[in-house]
Amino acid sequence: MIAVEHLVKNYGDLVAVRDLSFEVGQGLIWGLLGPNAAGKTTTMRILTGYLPATDGRASVGGFDVFEQPNEVKKILGYLPEVLPLYPDQTVTEFLNFVADLKKVPAAKKKGAVARAIKISGLEPVKGRLIRNISRGFKQRVGIAQALVHDPQVLILDEPTIGLDPAQIIEIRSLIKSLQGEHTIILSTHILAEVTQTCDGVVIINEGRLMVSGTLEEVTASVRTRDGVVLKVRRAAEAAVAALKALPGVEKVDRADGELRVEWKVGLDLREAAAKLAVETNCGLLEMRPLAMTIEDIYLKIVSGGVEP
Amino acid sequence: MKNIWIIAKKELRTYFTSPIAYVIMTVFLLLVGFFFYSLIWWFNTQSMQAAQNPYYAQQMNINQMVFGPLFNNMSIILLLMLPLLTMRLFAEEKKIGTEELLMTSPISVGQIILGKFTASLLVLAAMLGLTGLLSLFTFVYGNPEIAPVLNGYLGLFLMGGAFIAIGLFFSSLTENQIVAAILTFGALLLFWILNWAANSAAGFWKDVLNYVSFFQHFENATQGILDTTDIIYYFSFAFFGMFLTHSVIQSRRWR
Repeated sequence: MIAVEHLVKNYGDLVAVRDLSFEVGQGLIWGLLGPNAAGKTTTMRILTGYLPATDGRASVGGFDVFEQPNEVKKILGYLPEVLPLYPDQTVTEFLNFVADLKKVPAAKKKGAVARAIKISGLEPVKGRLIRNISRGFKQRVGIAQALVHDPQVLILDEPTIGLDPAQIIEIRSLIKSLQGEHTIILSTHILAEVTQTCDGVVIINEGRLMVSGTLEEVTASVRTRDGVVLKVRRAAEAAVAALKALPGVEKVDRADGELRVEWKVGLDLREAAAKLAVETNCGLLEMRPLAMTIEDIYLKIVSGGVEP
Repeated sequence: MKNIWIIAKKELRTYFTSPIAYVIMTVFLLLVGFFFYSLIWWFNTQSMQAAQNPYYAQQMNINQMVFGPLFNNMSIILLLMLPLLTMRLFAEEKKIGTEELLMTSPISVGQIILGKFTASLLVLAAMLGLTGLLSLFTFVYGNPEIAPVLNGYLGLFLMGGAFIAIGLFFSSLTENQIVAAILTFGALLLFWILNWAANSAAGFWKDVLNYVSFFQHFENATQGILDTTDIIYYFSFAFFGMFLTHSVIQSRRWR
């Protein structure tokens, strides 16, 4: 649905995006992750046709962003980083204006605006001036304007920025509820957001692609060790020594009554580790796989642990 | 065409839901009313004197003595006030970030510019239309010729259109409305008085300076002369202003 090939964007001497390529399939939610100034907003602005790229290609819904910008703009909803709201309009007036801008047919306009208001939970403030509503509602108006023409593709630049935790959860579930009908790219530097709402992720740093793919693929590509965490009642030296002695085990750490056992990728020493734990009588309470969180991956990639 | 109207409608709503349009129109009408009153009063005293002097009476002409100076005054007030009408058009969109919404919608930059131009032009038409009430009194109580009056209004409208296009251009250059207004005002005044420089120039440059100056062209309108040169001048000025605006907006995106 969205394809970016060898995208380059220079602002004068500053290179914002260098040779970026990734793809997002239909109906999926993809997270664009990276530290500040990584080129997330620039990439999104290029996809929406707001900025032209210096080099490379980008297409949305099969239309080339540079060759057929109007076709792309018709099927695309965009929430920019700075909310594009007119403070002197009421919520309904503003959504009507956006519906006109996005070429919603006159006959369907009323329904489309009502739908956007309903989905975004704007019912309580729909008659109020935008300047008088809270930040959380403004953010929803921003999302509503991206949705009003029922676009196939949604591009959301930091949709949860500046919201309180309850609002963040609401906006995330709103985004999640749009899954399937819409293909969504959202940018964020909140890692939890990606694990909770996204099917896949594109991690960029300094305008360069670090890794992209589904969450499983990305986790697999970065993982260098498998392992288990054993929660034990008594962490005896004997147990640690025995686990270390297992062929293939590379590292055993002991902390807070837990033993973290890591081994080479490809091996499966879970059974042996469990057996050893029982044999050494250390009081096994719990055993769970050593999962690599998106935080680990992100930090590893952004701090330069992995070559792109 | 529909796209242009979408933008124009939005701009008109902003003008009339905020105090901008009301304040500008009220002050404009007050000033014009004052000038009109003074001119009529002066014309009245002149008429009294002329009543005793048949030769002088023949010289009395309400078109030349009231409407000519009135249109001149109105054109100066427009020069002062139209920059305030146009200053927010692009500067504000940029400042509050709504430019990004417009630019990512299926609507062209040209249509956005024309929409904003149309909205300001309609406010200008309303301003001028309301002063028509004053002229109506002169037709009730006197017998001025209608053609020169309409011609004067046409001149004001076309010149106002050129002013608005220049205002659009300066508004597209900055995020700051005050800066946009000052630059517009400075540019308009400069073009207005450019013919002063023509006095000390000679030959080709004298003609050029005279042609480029607003003053010369508007002088014709107040005297009841409708010259195609003037109409072409105003149109090309408006076109040039909008063309520059278009270039500014496009080039900013390409940088």
